[in-house]
Amino acid sequence: MFGLKSDWSLDVPARYFTLEDYEGGTARWCPGCGDLAVLTAVQRICREEQLPPEKVVSVSGIGCSSRFPHYMGTYGFHGLHGRALPVACGVKARRPDLTVWVATGDGDCCSIGAGHWVHATRYNMDMTVMLFDNNVYGLTKNQTSPTSPVGLKTNTHPRGAWLPPLNPLSATLGFTNASFVAQTIDWNPPHLYETLKAAHHHKGFSFVRILQRCPTYTDHVFEELQRDPSQLVVLNHDEGVSLEPSVGKMFPNHERHDPSNLDEARRQAGREDLIPIGVLFRNEACPRYDEYTAQGLDMTMDERIAGLNRELDRFAI
Amino acid sequence: MSASTTSELAPQTDPKAGGPAPLRLDQHIVEIVSDSGEGAQKAGQTFGAVSAKMGNGVWTVEIIPAEIKPPARSRAGASGIRVRLGSKPITNMGDEADLVVAFNEQVLYGRVEQGAYKPGTKILLENRWATDGLDEIREQYAKALADFRSQGFDVIELPMEEECRKLTKNPRLGKNMFVVGMLCHIYERDLDKVNDEVAFVFAKKGAKVIELNQQLLRAGAEFAKANLPFRFHIAPWENEKPMVVMNGNQALALGIMAAGIETVAMYPITPATSVSHHLGSVYPAVGGCLHQAEDEIAAIGFAIGASYAGKTAATVTSGPGLALKTEFLGLAVMAEIPLVIIDVQRGGPSTGLPTKVEQGDLLAALHGTPGDAPKIILAASTIEECYHFVILSRRLAEAFRGPVILLTDANLATGVSPFPRPPAKEEWFAPPLDQSPWSEGLKPYAWNPETGLSPRPIPGQVGGEYVLTGLAHTDESHVAYDPTSNQTGCEMRSLKLAALQKTLKPPKVHGDPEGDLLVVGWGSTLGAIEEAVDRLRAEGFRVSSVHLRFLSPLEPGLAEIFKHFKSILSVGISYNDPPDGPLMNEETRRHAALTVVLREHTRMDIDSWGHCYGQPLTPGTIYAELRQRLTR
Ligand code: SF4
Repeated sequence: MFGLKSDWSLDVPARYFTLEDYEGGTARWCPGCGDLAVLTAVQRICREEQLPPEKVVSVSGIGCSSRFPHYMGTYGFHGLHGRALPVACGVKARRPDLTVWVATGDGDCCSIGAGHWVHATRYNMDMTVMLFDNNVYGLTKNQTSPTSPVGLKTNTHPRGAWLPPLNPLSATLGFTNASFVAQTIDWNPPHLYETLKAAHHHKGFSFVRILQRCPTYTDHVFEELQRDPSQLVVLNHDEGVSLEPSVGKMFPNHERHDPSNLDEARRQAGREDLIPIGVLFRNEACPRYDEYTAQGLDMTMDERIAGLNRELDRFAI
Repeated sequence: MSASTTSELAPQTDPKAGGPAPLRLDQHIVEIVSDSGEGAQKAGQTFGAVSAKMGNGVWTVEIIPAEIKPPARSRAGASGIRVRLGSKPITNMGDEADLVVAFNEQVLYGRVEQGAYKPGTKILLENRWATDGLDEIREQYAKALADFRSQGFDVIELPMEEECRKLTKNPRLGKNMFVVGMLCHIYERDLDKVNDEVAFVFAKKGAKVIELNQQLLRAGAEFAKANLPFRFHIAPWENEKPMVVMNGNQALALGIMAAGIETVAMYPITPATSVSHHLGSVYPAVGGCLHQAEDEIAAIGFAIGASYAGKTAATVTSGPGLALKTEFLGLAVMAEIPLVIIDVQRGGPSTGLPTKVEQGDLLAALHGTPGDAPKIILAASTIEECYHFVILSRRLAEAFRGPVILLTDANLATGVSPFPRPPAKEEWFAPPLDQSPWSEGLKPYAWNPETGLSPRPIPGQVGGEYVLTGLAHTDESHVAYDPTSNQTGCEMRSLKLAALQKTLKPPKVHGDPEGDLLVVGWGSTLGAIEEAVDRLRAEGFRVSSVHLRFLSPLEPGLAEIFKHFKSILSVGISYNDPPDGPLMNEETRRHAALTVVLREHTRMDIDSWGHCYGQPLTPGTIYAELRQRLTR
């Protein structure tokens, strides 16, 4: 009939997503900004995992890196300065089907939003939190951030930052119920990719501090690190990040580090001789608040109406 | 209904009950006043519940000291409860009490200072202080007794603790049920019903506790029968409808459930917190998620995140919390995120009067956000409306794609009163999550130029992917770098309020549509204002009232209604400069928030009256003020 083939079927061909499906607006970061590398890594992970773009939400606060959602082709939420985490937790609370990426900066997360950082860590809801740490406020044009190194000359501290910088890794590892803490660098794409992928696979609040180059304001801060990888130490473990041998060879220092060992993780986070990159800590057994907040999602309308009637009747006279 | 005077008909004999025949009244106000922790509130709630079950109109309100454990026998520590009974529905706490049970004379002073009593008020006073071991206490008691009598109170000293000691070693904890027994005799309550209520109230404490409390109850009733020379008869109200009885915060909690709001994020703040207490216990019945956030800001952020993801969400707070939420509120306006924000108002500014009532947040709700941030604002004026307005708020938030602020206050939060049992309707619940593909080519802010309305994509909808932003944006939700987008966005968001206003009806005038004076109010003052207006109208005064439910946008036709009255007066529990105060003239006098709003809206000369003593306005004080204006 009407030329339809008799073997016509409703089967929809499986969707296959390409990198383009995850690409949004053209990025407006400064040339050479480390944010671009992170964006590319996340888009590649989405493609490799074949995450349907409509099921991905990237949430951010305010700052250079918080423009991140605009450059993704998925759903996104570019909210308020410091408030990415409460929004991300709200998104996840009743939508276990969504994959949540959070883009936040050192000012956004460690300063104005620090209270939320403590508690979102403790909630341990399933999401990947990327701390784009460039040691400075970029969007508002060069003010000292909580992670600025002592002596960094900024518009608010032209004679040099005075206070010792806050260590986001030590801090996060000090919060109760922290379940995943890692560190990576934007200028080594394989390490960045593998670290973010491990974070994405972790079920819980995956906190990744990304040392991020800001050629506009803190070019010199990471310059030496870039030139001299011997200042870094790559943490290796079966449960951590695995690197191709060719990539591994780029780093002279390697250490075996068991990410299930919290004390060791804290020692790595606080060490001053070398900068550790890789997974510092991971514990899948930490309670996840999104399992609590999703309770009741499976109730039918009839059950809900019956439940409400029951409660109303308790007040009947 | 008359408020300060009761219609005392000729007493009739009542052979069954024995003792004096009860006085027939159409309403009466009872208070139980004590140190905190003596169970006065539980006693009053039990008595109020039984009275409602026996068909009386009831309004119960707790008397709460500001501190959790104030010193015993102190004026500031007056704790307790007021129960107003009537043979019609009761809409407010009324004027001075008619009968008071007090456990010590100092807490009674606390209430006397608040003007809670009048000459002739009967006071049943615990008399153990007359023989206390401390000279100082005996002296205080004797002095107070003389003072109360000189003020015209009808004080009857009773050995309540001594009587309770016959049944329990700890009479301080048991005498509240003894008092319920006394009241049940005085007001002819059915003791079987009271016994059931006591069994219900103490169900968790076990049979022994129930048994003891029932004994105390009987002892109280028998003691009153043997010793008190009066009884009161308040006829039940003819009502066939099934009723429920609860306070405004319980009504909000149930309304949240009935609205199908799935997520409530909050941070503890008086007097809104008990909404979360009720939700904590009953929300699982509808599969809801109560999130106690780390702070007020996170609470609204969490709710906004849930709403962005397509889940209906609300946050519940009070004034200081609303202030903290302001930035997110602006985001919800800017990015058009449906959200219900419930503000149970207390006294302000700053920490203010946390446990006391004030209608002080109107202008903060309207204008508290930087930039032009139009939003819908509703106010519940009864406990019943606390239930229904949450449902309305949720629907408006979705239909008009933005935040809706629902204002209630401490008076509604703590007042307990019966109202017709509301249904649980499927159509009131939020519809299930729409995960159908988004229409191709439809923009995320496809504003209808006539209404400003637009459909909203939800994560999970294929093809709807967009990035919500708090920056000025185009209809594609792209950051606006052009000069016109911000202006267009502002116009579209503002237009939504006009579109809503077009769907509203003018408010009903209570009383004649024309006259000498029109009272305008909003929120919890409804019952008291109408009671005052009714009394004046019964005396022949040409006064009417209008009560607003919508504060943004305002209901239509206000100027038209106002034109038919010689003067317009806004009445509320909010500050305005006394007109005859120092330095006051038309240029310096600051008016009440409602007056400011109405003057701007109608461009008419509107006066203000009200105060912020932290107390509800009583019908009697409103009556006195209006009467004075009408006879000037
Ligand atoms: S200022 Fe720095 S962080 Fe910001 S976009 Fe430019 S390079 Fe990147």
